[in-house]
Amino acid sequence: MERCDLAIIGGGPAGLAAAVAAREAGVQDILILERDRELGGILNQCIHSGFGLHTFQEELTGPEYAGRYAAKVRALSIPYLLDTMALELSPERVVTAMNRERGLFQMQAGAVILAMGCRERARGSLNIPGYRPAGIYSAGTAQRLVNMEGYLPGKEAVILGSGDIGLIMARRMTLEGAKVHVVAELLPYSGGLKRNIVQCLDDFGIPLKLSHTVIDIQGRERVEGVTLAQVDENRRPIPGTEERYKCDTLLLSCGLIPENELSRGAGVELNPVTSGPVVDESLETSVPGVFACGNVLHVHDLVDFVSQEAEAAGKSAAGFLAGKNTRGRRSIALRAKDGVRYTVPATVDPNRMGEETIVRFRVSDVYRNPTIAVSCNGEILLRKKRMIVSPGEMEEIRLKKAQLLARPDIQEITIALEAAK
Amino acid sequence: MSEIRNLICIGCPMGCPLAVTLEDGGVSKVEGNTCKRGDAYARREVTNPTRILTTTVPVRGGTSPTVAVKTAGEVPKPLLLKCARAVKNLTAEAPVKAGQVVFKNICGTGVDLIAVKDVERGAPEAASKR
Ligand SMILES: Cc1cc2nc3c(=O)[nH]c(=O)nc-3n(C[C@H](O)[C@H](O)[C@H](O)COP(=O)(O)OP(=O)(O)OC[C@H]3O[C@@H](n4cnc5c(N)ncnc54)[C@H](O)[C@@H]3O)c2cc1C
Ligand code: SF4
Repeated sequence: MERCDLAIIGGGPAGLAAAVAAREAGVQDILILERDRELGGILNQCIHSGFGLHTFQEELTGPEYAGRYAAKVRALSIPYLLDTMALELSPERVVTAMNRERGLFQMQAGAVILAMGCRERARGSLNIPGYRPAGIYSAGTAQRLVNMEGYLPGKEAVILGSGDIGLIMARRMTLEGAKVHVVAELLPYSGGLKRNIVQCLDDFGIPLKLSHTVIDIQGRERVEGVTLAQVDENRRPIPGTEERYKCDTLLLSCGLIPENELSRGAGVELNPVTSGPVVDESLETSVPGVFACGNVLHVHDLVDFVSQEAEAAGKSAAGFLAGKNTRGRRSIALRAKDGVRYTVPATVDPNRMGEETIVRFRVSDVYRNPTIAVSCNGEILLRKKRMIVSPGEMEEIRLKKAQLLARPDIQEITIALEAAK
Repeated sequence: MSEIRNLICIGCPMGCPLAVTLEDGGVSKVEGNTCKRGDAYARREVTNPTRILTTTVPVRGGTSPTVAVKTAGEVPKPLLLKCARAVKNLTAEAPVKAGQVVFKNICGTGVDLIAVKDVERGAPEAASKR
């Protein structure tokens, strides 16, 4: 069987940044497996600007951001295989993959980094009876059609779901000459970034209707119109609030979900809240030597944080390969409580961690002026005041090694919101 | 006479809520910004709002049917749609290199349109084969 020190599954921003960091940390024998025809992942279809402000201090488009990392990978001569799909991963880190030249092949990897990204959620939110006429697309599919195939899916659109991709597509379709009548959001707040609400909707006078959903689609062959209605606090349509919109296209932006079929096959423990692997401070999963980063771990809004996380995973994998970073005996559990939905990582080892560990999480609702409180055994380790937190924007706190080492008996750290709603 | 305008900073995805105080037609105070970009954004946004335009241009003879492009600098917000419409009538000839100017001085704004990606010469690959 072929061998490599580090196999990276997925050549999106996460896989690329992980590869660069691992190489810079001394790993020579790396192989990136990418199923698409080019490196860069989903960023190739995200042609809008706003990427990279944190990383490069300038505002780049998705393809430019991806291009910078792809260029680094090439400059470091890190090998990658395109049009190559990883099909299976074993707990012993044997990767089974396939491409046209080599057919099916297997590779024993010293360490593996999972960087498969995420996919769009199924149409679950469109819970309505009747036909499924042509003209209904997921927002990501529409993004690919418009930006990569040069094909505009319709002339008059209604968008259901106000996540970032839905917002971005509202602007994109408008710029291409389509009329976007409205963006409807089931929840009382938008899951999208503020900047996208301002630049994609407000700039073009596209209304955002919160607490609204689609209750009917007209048309048999092709969408001819949709009916929206307001929903009550139980998300049930309120009679008498129906409004009809004439349109030929309905875009669904229902959120993203990590792509973990491979991980599951390898026996990697998954967190039901994130649908991503449970990882420790080194971003190592429950399977030793298998690391995860980027959208496969938990869905990110900002690619800059994907790159940061991926660098950490690359370094950890390098340490693991050098025999310097194997799992120790001590592990402190991080518990998400009171408005905090989950944390990545789920555990920290104070001996193995660097000087500090970034803990990322999402909250369950919109809170104004909350304080993020980190505590153990009733003692507050850290308090961080925020002006606003919302489920659409990832939060972070930093745990300090010195603080944890100074408390040898802690077994659990709680991260909670002290909300002043 | 003073007036307060509330904005959301779009300088970066933090999206800081800004309060801009206008006095005698000028900006006298900006609050809520985390960094100085927010201050600059607020002053500009209440006087002369601008945006980067990103879109695609059809490519002839390339491995991809389109190439992603952006304006090399920001264009006045009221001209966004006009610029987008002007771009719709363009075609680029493969090969296209990232950074290459695809269209000069779009709609008289003095800003060039540049490619953000390479497109090589060749037959387009079958789309969505995955
Ligand atoms: C449709 C869509 C649109 C998005 N739009 C935006 C946006 O407008 N703005 C924004 O900030 N963020 C957007 N995102 C989020 C964006 O995905 C992240 O910011 C970032 O790209 C995540 O990087 P990643 O490397 O983790 O994942 P990805 O970019 O998804 O990269 C994962 C890579 O792994 C490859 N892969 C997966 N499985 C396998 C396998 N089995 N074998 C081989 N290769 C595999 C994929 O082909 C892909 O190239 C979008 C996401 C999606 C799904
Ligand atoms: S003020 Fe600075 S940190 Fe805040 S959104 Fe603007 S650019 Fe970002």
